[in-house]
Amino acid sequence: MRKVIAVLLLGIVGYYIFSSFLEIPFGENRATIGDYYLENSVEQTGSVNTITSIIVSYRGFDTLGEVTVLFLASTGLAAILFDNRGRKRRRQHASLIVRIGAHLIYPLIILLGAYVFIHGHLTPGGGFQGGAIMATGVLLMFMSYRSFEVNHKWLTYLESFAGITFVTIGLSGLIWGDSFLANVLPLGVPNELFSAGIIPIIYIAVGIKVGAELTGLLDNLLKTIK
Amino acid sequence: MTDALTIMVYVLAVILIIAALFAVKQKDLLLAVIGTSAISVVLSIFFYILQAPDVALTEAAIGVALSTIIFVITIKKTERHEE
Repeated sequence: MRKVIAVLLLGIVGYYIFSSFLEIPFGENRATIGDYYLENSVEQTGSVNTITSIIVSYRGFDTLGEVTVLFLASTGLAAILFDNRGRKRRRQHASLIVRIGAHLIYPLIILLGAYVFIHGHLTPGGGFQGGAIMATGVLLMFMSYRSFEVNHKWLTYLESFAGITFVTIGLSGLIWGDSFLANVLPLGVPNELFSAGIIPIIYIAVGIKVGAELTGLLDNLLKTIK
Repeated sequence: MTDALTIMVYVLAVILIIAALFAVKQKDLLLAVIGTSAISVVLSIFFYILQAPDVALTEAAIGVALSTIIFVITIKKTERHEE
């Protein structure tokens, strides 16, 4: 009986999916919004990287949602792994070569991450990529040095500060502009570092937030109960 | 697309499929994670060839480094072999 109902339901769902797929004409470009972005994004937002202008300006509200999802995931993991007795990373037997190499490369990786999110409106990359690269650098230090610790209080402060910056800039667009996240600052000359109004500020905030969240997440995962 | 690029795309696609099958079929979870990491590397090159450097950067940073390490830590804390 259950099998019959399952087949029946599958048939109904399949029929509707198939009939709606039949409506879609193949080989035709129906999404013309891409051309609009390519033609107008530089003069409307001042950012030469069209993808950044879509992520931060046209679809900025979605980005706020994505950052919130990441925050919730990191908080949820910390809540699951929380333990009152105090947790510590187990002894890591990293060799001398790994330790010296990590020590040399660590500042460069952090610098690369910062470069990627500060230049998000000029070159490929942005807040998410830069933050992930920074977290990778911290991970390298976690795996090489047992004594390397991050201050969770400061991570929380950084995260909250970056989140508040994002929302405040969005609300200022509501006050002085015409919509949430409207570009209220002067756009400047395209292709310069100080251009595109609020876009670099928001991407720096997103980069700091993502980097702090992923670092806290990795630290929580690597620690074990004593 | 030039000829050399076409051949490279085919080779990469074959590697992608082999790595995906390896990741699904492998009973040793650590090796399966290495398989998913290889998928991410190839996908990252694909995104770069298809002129999406932003996505390639994301895939390289998160798919290759962070998610792999999170899986490895989890496997270390649980079980290595699938039943």
